[in-house]
Amino acid sequence: MLTDEPGQDAYKASNPGISAASPRRTGGDLVQLISPEGERISHPEFDLWVSDVTDEQLCSLYEDMLVIRRIDAEATALQRQGELALWPPLLGQEASQIGAGRALRDDDFVFPSYRDNGVAYCRGVEPTDLVRAWRGNALSGWDPYRYNIATQQIIIGSQSLHATGYAMGIQNDGADSVAVALFGDGATSEGDVSEAMVFAASFQVPVVFICQNNHWAISEPVRIQSHIQIADRASGFGIPAIRVDGNDVLAVLAVTRIALDRARKGGGPTFIEAVTYRMGPHTTADDPTRYRDANELEDWAAKDPIARLKALLLTKGLLTEEVEAQAQAKADEVARKLRAGVINMPDPAPLDLFKHVYSTPNSWIERQRDHYSRYLESFNGSTQEGAL
Amino acid sequence: MSKLTFARAINAGLRKSLENDPKVVLMGEDIGALGGVFRVTDGLQKDFGKHRVVDTPLAESAIIGTAVGLAYRGYRPVCEIQFDGFIYPAFDQIVSQVAKMHYRTQGRVNMPITIRVPFGGGIGSPEHHSESPEAYFTHTSGLRVISVSNPQDAYTMIQQAIASDDPVLYFEPKRRYHDKGEVDEAADLSTALSMEKARVVAAGSDVTLVTYGPLVKTASDAAMAAADEGVSVEVIDLRSLAPIDFPVVEASVRKTGRLVITHEAGQSGGLGAEIAASVTERCFNYLESAPVRITGFDIPYPYSKLEMHHLPDLDRILDGVDRALGRANSLSGLEG
Repeated sequence: MLTDEPGQDAYKASNPGISAASPRRTGGDLVQLISPEGERISHPEFDLWVSDVTDEQLCSLYEDMLVIRRIDAEATALQRQGELALWPPLLGQEASQIGAGRALRDDDFVFPSYRDNGVAYCRGVEPTDLVRAWRGNALSGWDPYRYNIATQQIIIGSQSLHATGYAMGIQNDGADSVAVALFGDGATSEGDVSEAMVFAASFQVPVVFICQNNHWAISEPVRIQSHIQIADRASGFGIPAIRVDGNDVLAVLAVTRIALDRARKGGGPTFIEAVTYRMGPHTTADDPTRYRDANELEDWAAKDPIARLKALLLTKGLLTEEVEAQAQAKADEVARKLRAGVINMPDPAPLDLFKHVYSTPNSWIERQRDHYSRYLESFNGSTQEGAL
Repeated sequence: MSKLTFARAINAGLRKSLENDPKVVLMGEDIGALGGVFRVTDGLQKDFGKHRVVDTPLAESAIIGTAVGLAYRGYRPVCEIQFDGFIYPAFDQIVSQVAKMHYRTQGRVNMPITIRVPFGGGIGSPEHHSESPEAYFTHTSGLRVISVSNPQDAYTMIQQAIASDDPVLYFEPKRRYHDKGEVDEAADLSTALSMEKARVVAAGSDVTLVTYGPLVKTASDAAMAAADEGVSVEVIDLRSLAPIDFPVVEASVRKTGRLVITHEAGQSGGLGAEIAASVTERCFNYLESAPVRITGFDIPYPYSKLEMHHLPDLDRILDGVDRALGRANSLSGLEG
């Protein structure tokens, strides 16, 4: 089994009427607007949601994907060089993240996992801030309220509840923004994701669940997580689902827009399964050769999200040398900034340990900080006097 | 001043918070039409609506996890965990998210979440309805943990907890819900005793007796009984369990030289151990005898026919006082 599509045949046999034609129905076939070969596939419904995308914007999506792949490669290199402690590559998931990220409005609020750096980039987070936590200089890198994206979540699936609660707040406020939860296929096994769907459906709040099914949860293939297609779980909660080719940036953009639009209009939650592939390791500490067939990687490399859009752009005559050079120059510049930001990042001070545990002074923390501060100062004295 | 039961006092405090701040939202199981299984939220949904007093699906992790999202959005959620023993499905959200969010985000995101937990035993309940899980949470940095012992504090401290920008676990002694007490509903919150401060509820000079929540009444009764025997016991209601107001405890121990701690929770690794260790560190030269702990046993909460053997009562507390005084009649003195 090269690609893990759990129980697909059995599923289709027992659900012959289900298709992806309407997002109100469950999972079904993959929504695709660009074929792996780079051909534009027209679709009567989904085309409407990307009909406004200009040639220039198509080139811009290409540039975005190129840039985040470059950020990813640079961060991986920085880890190999000892400048970062760890990095979770998103290689292969660029279309899922750029398609979703570029569908959002500024006042929407995203709750990402640790791998969603492409979406964070779309929100405007500085590349250096993407890696701050991975260098060990902080537990998170950015101000959530500046970019309307929460800090990366490490506890798997936890953020699905936070997004749902945020959406309850949006509903109470009578606003038309949307909360978005990003998680992977492994997270769908966590109770929190199920509970989030229960709450989201019961209260019909404006939340979109975007599951990037990248086929692997560290070493566990998706078939261990689910015996049916992941998108099909949503119908059990009364949540409409849609299954999209996660390596097709245009298709992801279209379905995310559909889901956001429904949420804005009071139509409640939507579940999107973006079927993609984690072409790299889980993190730089992982070794996929221990559990993954090289042929599988090869098959997915043939569906590469960037190569696909590039082929389309070439066919359309949009990818001039100038456009390509401009995109590469942008990627180079971002990578250069990232590297400089990492190398020049000042180390935190020891007493920063005690900052922000509480929002108001806490006697226990203050006492320990004072003790440790005096302890550290005692070394300053002995250094000056010279140790025997 | 009005005479209110403990439960009504919390209700009045919740009502006041709902009135004063439109961002306050109550969430929990059965808290709406029913008014909660203990009726603590009685009438609030009727008066404030279903969006402010939310009957949630039966999923504790989601009650707390969605409260995190609401707090992100600027709300002040007040979550009711129906019974102490039901808090564990929410443990991850409390410990990994609620407690750590402010630290994780370098102070950019506040978690002004109040988690109400009816706790403790003594009401003849089945399993999972009588536990004292407070030490799990006092051991978790980022949380503030308080426990109330009388209707006035219940009324005041629920409002202080809700007003706090930090997350607060508010432990309510369920066996005291029907106790009545004078409550000054017009009291000014800004001049009320901080919820972080302990209170000396009975002054004394021979032994310091430290407790909180349901056992404050028991300890006060024990102090009166001891007084009949000529022993002067100073009773301290901690009120705040994290952080503990050690200066008040230390001042008392420096005066009495003897320390007894009592709580319903099991002994090993419990709050009594923390208090005994800290007081010993800080007041070693003032201690006339070793600190004494009178606590629940290190057993799962037992079946109700035996719970009165498990829960510290007046006599066991007095036995501990005798031990602290080095009296030969103390049975517990034989242990050490």
